[in-house]
Amino acid sequence: MSDTPLAAVVAPPPHDRPLPEAVRLLARRHRPRSYEAIPWLVAIAGYFAFPDYLQLGAQVFIAILFALATDLILGYGGVITLGQAAFFGSGAYVCGIVSAHGWTEPLTLVVIGAAAAALVGLVSGFVVLRTSGLTQLMLTLIVAVMLGEAANKATSVTGGANGLQGMVISPILGIFDFDLYGQTAYIYCLVLLFLGWLAVRIIVYSPFGRTLTGIRESEARMHAIGSPVFRRRLTAYVISAALCGVAGALLAETTSLVALDALSFERSGAVVIMLIIGGLGRLYGAFLGVPIYMILQDRFAQADPTYWYFWIGIFLLAIVLFARGGILGLIERAARLVRK
Amino acid sequence: MADVFSAVISIAFHGVAFAMVLYLISVGLSVTMGLMGFVNLAHGVFAAAGGYVMTTLFNDYGVPFPLAVAIAAIVVGAGSVALERTLYRRFYGGDELDQVLMTIALVFISIAGAKYIWGSEQAPMHPPPYLAGQVELIGRDFPTYRAFIIVAGAVLVTLLWLGLDRTRLGAKIRAAVDNRRMAQSVGIDTSSLFSFTFALGTGLAALGGALGAELLPVFPGYALDNLILFLIVVAVGGLGTIRGPFFAALLLGVADTAFKYLVPEFGSFFIYALTLVILLVRPKGLFGQIGRA
Repeated sequence: MSDTPLAAVVAPPPHDRPLPEAVRLLARRHRPRSYEAIPWLVAIAGYFAFPDYLQLGAQVFIAILFALATDLILGYGGVITLGQAAFFGSGAYVCGIVSAHGWTEPLTLVVIGAAAAALVGLVSGFVVLRTSGLTQLMLTLIVAVMLGEAANKATSVTGGANGLQGMVISPILGIFDFDLYGQTAYIYCLVLLFLGWLAVRIIVYSPFGRTLTGIRESEARMHAIGSPVFRRRLTAYVISAALCGVAGALLAETTSLVALDALSFERSGAVVIMLIIGGLGRLYGAFLGVPIYMILQDRFAQADPTYWYFWIGIFLLAIVLFARGGILGLIERAARLVRK
Repeated sequence: MADVFSAVISIAFHGVAFAMVLYLISVGLSVTMGLMGFVNLAHGVFAAAGGYVMTTLFNDYGVPFPLAVAIAAIVVGAGSVALERTLYRRFYGGDELDQVLMTIALVFISIAGAKYIWGSEQAPMHPPPYLAGQVELIGRDFPTYRAFIIVAGAVLVTLLWLGLDRTRLGAKIRAAVDNRRMAQSVGIDTSSLFSFTFALGTGLAALGGALGAELLPVFPGYALDNLILFLIVVAVGGLGTIRGPFFAALLLGVADTAFKYLVPEFGSFFIYALTLVILLVRPKGLFGQIGRA
């Protein structure tokens, strides 16, 4: 072995010998697959098929981006969080406040919102990620309710319970103005969602993403092989926060309004529920769970607003009892059955 | 000076009354979380149920107040066993996230159920005549009902602690909380012990919800709105401890009353900040033991 030239070890095996199955699997893992185009094709088709629902569509994209960012820390990072609204709301409020004070360029506003949320993520992550279990859950929750309470009381800055007013948003790139039908908002949010998805996809398939999954599966083992567990988690937490901030800023820009519900516990809870419905830690859970949740909410709330809670509760119970892994988990199981 | 003194007395009085209610509701949560390692976000549902059953019996059927409270606690405690056997049990030792979702689903269903049965208004709570009005203590007037809550709470807490310290059943529960596997291997039937402890915890929560209906109004969103409050008491007190939540409830009850009295413009902000700091310094809570979940 020692006299084998290095080149012979490194050189690819000759073409007539197939690669071992494991190697091929690993090499294939991150390649784009045909089904990954489906959400984007649906979104583009939606633009032409439902011209009256473009505003709603933009809201769905924003929620998907929010859920995708949450998936990074919850599904991949394994941090049970009930406080993601802290980042969403920070992004929305900072974007809104800056725009109300005269800086109206939408793309820089998104960056500002993301930076603000990342900062909140860095500071709170430093605290939250030092703990585990119930304490961690509590701390994520408390950070969000504290910010909500602060926004509620700081009426001179945030408008308090009346919401932030007076936002002005310039046309995107100086050309595309936000219109009444939401055509601009739809495309704008779709493009940013795509970029966000691309970022998350690259992250979860990168060595860094594998470390995250490793930490989720066994923190002790990752410590044992020398992985800087806390730093990795904190990095993921900040990235997730920044993306949540982008989603929040988009909401502020497309609706020209920021209300207290951007920071509410309901928002933190709903995003987790949407992810679970779709399928956690699967990259596409958000794309399924969010539209299903929002459509169901819309339907049930129209038919019987009082009992929306009842049906979502039953639906959730069914998922937890019979369909762990959400809808994508079901699809995976079905696919495995078919292949057998 | 007299004003400051009177404010301190008033804050202490109302704070302690609030703390009693908080403790009665939260102690069961601490024990179930510690004993079964179960993240039970639906605990407030049982407190709300207690409040609803009590007010219905008391207001609509003229059942005497003490009896209505007792029936509420027993009905909810017994009813919760059915839930424990059918739903909770499946998730013991499972994924925390599944537990979170299952219990959140229960909260949602309870909100709709409460709206359906009792409407979206707050359940009316008027103390019985002999507990209404004011009572004079050390030369000052205090609301009789709150004084009653303090006394009743103190009696219940004493009974609970004595029961856990002195009875065989209490010893079993303590053993199971401390080390479930060891308890099992010395022949304690932890499965039925779980059911009993769960019923005890929810029964106490119902008691707290019923007695505290005047402080924490009972309405459909009760379990969701007060969730953070109950969780804070448990997290600050220390998971799985029985005395921890008592001191946490005292601390938070008095602090909350004080902050709301002194700086009402900040609302609950300080309580959250206080909790954040405590959990930062002692992640396992004030009375939690380091090295135990």
